[in-house]
Amino acid sequence: MIKKVVLAASVAIVFAGAAHARDQIQIVGSSTVFPFSTAVAEAFGQKTSFGTPVVESTGSGGGMKLFCAGVGTGHPDITNASRRIKSSEVELCAKNGVADITEVKVGYDGIVIANAIEAPAYDLSLRDLYLALAKDIPTEDGKWIPNPNKTWKDVNASLPAVKIEVLGPPPTSGTRDAFVELAMEGGCKTFGWVKALSKKDKNAYKAGCHTVREDGGYVDAGENDNLMVQKLTSNPDALAIFGFSFLDQNADKVKGAMVGGVAPEFELIADGSYPVSRALFFYVKQAHIGVVPGIEEFVAEFTSEAAWGNEGYLTDKGLIPMSEAERAQWGAAAKGNAKLSM
Amino acid sequence: MSGQPESRGRMSRSDTMETVRKGLRSRYAAERRFIWYGRGAIAVALGFLVLLVGSILFKGASVVTQTHIRLTVELPLEAFSKSGEVTAESIGAANYVGIVKSSLRDLFPDVSGRRDKRALDSLISSGAAYELRDHVLANPELVGQSINIWVSASDDIDMLDKGYIDRDVDSTGRRVTDKQIGWYDKLIADGRLERQFNTTFFTSGDSREPEQAGIWGAALGSFYTLLVTLLLAFPLGVTTAVYLEEFAPKNKWTDLIEVNINNLAAVPSIIFGLLGLAVFLNIIGLPRSAPLAGGVVLALMTLPTIIIAGRAALKAVPPSIREAALGVGASRLQTVTHHVLPLAMPGMLTGSIIGMAQALGETAPLLMIGMVAFIVDLPSGPLDPATVLPVQVYIWADSPERAFVERTSAGIIVLLLFLVVMNLSAVMLRKRFERRW
Repeated sequence: MIKKVVLAASVAIVFAGAAHARDQIQIVGSSTVFPFSTAVAEAFGQKTSFGTPVVESTGSGGGMKLFCAGVGTGHPDITNASRRIKSSEVELCAKNGVADITEVKVGYDGIVIANAIEAPAYDLSLRDLYLALAKDIPTEDGKWIPNPNKTWKDVNASLPAVKIEVLGPPPTSGTRDAFVELAMEGGCKTFGWVKALSKKDKNAYKAGCHTVREDGGYVDAGENDNLMVQKLTSNPDALAIFGFSFLDQNADKVKGAMVGGVAPEFELIADGSYPVSRALFFYVKQAHIGVVPGIEEFVAEFTSEAAWGNEGYLTDKGLIPMSEAERAQWGAAAKGNAKLSM
Repeated sequence: MSGQPESRGRMSRSDTMETVRKGLRSRYAAERRFIWYGRGAIAVALGFLVLLVGSILFKGASVVTQTHIRLTVELPLEAFSKSGEVTAESIGAANYVGIVKSSLRDLFPDVSGRRDKRALDSLISSGAAYELRDHVLANPELVGQSINIWVSASDDIDMLDKGYIDRDVDSTGRRVTDKQIGWYDKLIADGRLERQFNTTFFTSGDSREPEQAGIWGAALGSFYTLLVTLLLAFPLGVTTAVYLEEFAPKNKWTDLIEVNINNLAAVPSIIFGLLGLAVFLNIIGLPRSAPLAGGVVLALMTLPTIIIAGRAALKAVPPSIREAALGVGASRLQTVTHHVLPLAMPGMLTGSIIGMAQALGETAPLLMIGMVAFIVDLPSGPLDPATVLPVQVYIWADSPERAFVERTSAGIIVLLLFLVVMNLSAVMLRKRFERRW
């Protein structure tokens, strides 16, 4: 009797798997875009008769892997990314038959360097950030030396003599990628000979500018940004790197450091004067339009003024909207299912 | 001890008694000390338990109520009809967001300016419009009337009302502005704001807005997942245990299988998730994020626990029972099914419940098969996308909004209740089956 039940159960499972058709959109990708994507998914589910999309937070790279794995209802329809798709990922997609992809830019996210509200305020330049967090730093006479800086005062005499301790996201995170590219590389390039190196020896340039120190100055704090906020309140000497939305929600506990003299404020990130901000994207698999119901309507909801506009509900979640002209351009491209070209 | 008097042969009887009496006091003292150590250990353990459960209860108990605001809403006929006809479709398509906003602004007619109006709108939940829609759809006769309806307040107002936001602190950086506090006080004075039982939390799925987020979707997900796990793991585990213990020959192969089962019980759970992704999703093609796939993966994880506990329970059945059954002419299968298995069942059930409780708390293997996801719709079966209770707790703990702290603790309470119910049912089943000899 028991064996029959088991047999019946396994047969049922195999058939259920084979016969399954999906009636809700499946979204994977960046944990930075996750709060925005879920907000749109929920509004979409409430406003329309389609099922609410299922959103997974896998990180930008992990999302691309799943997205590019193939065509068919077993694979996700949309992936979020806190950086642009890489050419290697486009190739991977093409290899697995995912040929036509629509790219939609949704807005910007500022990366803030924050500390506890009662701690002293910092005004950091990109060069300061680089010198504080790089593994090896360049000398004026064209050599790399292991980073000797122990305190912020070592980095820049105008900063307090506090031990360098920066909590930040792990290497798998898009936030980390963006921070390294925008802040560290930006600071690295201020050395004349290093900038020249970028043309001669790209690998040496990247190794020097992109490698984060591993001697305790930079602490890998995992993907949980709430945890970092808690750690900051208990340790006023520490700084942390996270997305603008967490600063926005916890403005009574932590404050953002100025970078290059610009404070991480909504308007200043939106107009591009805050230097450490990056664009957020999502990518749509065109082969699934018409197969999984509601994809076009979901894209329309995401790109509506009510969502990504200046007063839209995504700004309440911490998204920094694009300019009106940019919104018009990307919105039109999304509606026309424009194909991605690198 | 007994060697001592003999080695000192000349010691008299009274001397011996004296030695014993002397030693007796320290022996009793040692025993008392040991008892107190034990009691101390239990007290420390209980203390931690009280601290843990207490802090969770303290943080999570306030979720039982949710702040609501009473709005007086005009439902003019023309807003709900298309070409003069009121149908379910035209009711569904009305502009509820606008209706709710204008009714709120009617309460505070002197609020002007875009910024202030936005601040006023954010007093009520963004889901209030949908609450109104569902209410009107359920009672279409209300169209054309003016009604009073309680809608959810926004999470910030809820936090203010529950005292999590300090209104005396300097207003820079506070989530609620002084103006909003003024409006909030006026709503209370008018009797338009009160805390009501939080039905949303116990009946709906996840949401990005704390005041609309509920635990029921995850609870259903856990239920379906564990159902699949139980249906697969229990019969498979029991048959395996019975075969290995009662029927299998003792040779190299069965030894190898036994070693492997024991090892499998110690394999980190994420490995099972990877296996699930590679085999059940990619080869067999089970749907992603579905309790079916999650249940199968967790069944694999639970099997070794059930098998090991099952074999231990079978071993504990006295051989005399088997011999007696065989002696009166029962076959080996009859011996097992009529006598040994019923006697071993209580132990097997305990093992299964331990395995299921483990499975209830797992998130790692589910990560790989897409059950760690934002899912709003309630699952209606093991094939619909769903998440499970511990995952829901994790997602809430990771959300920036302050009000999710309360929901996180409440989610943990529900998870613990789930566990208590499972354990109680195990105890009851065990009582039913239990036999003594």
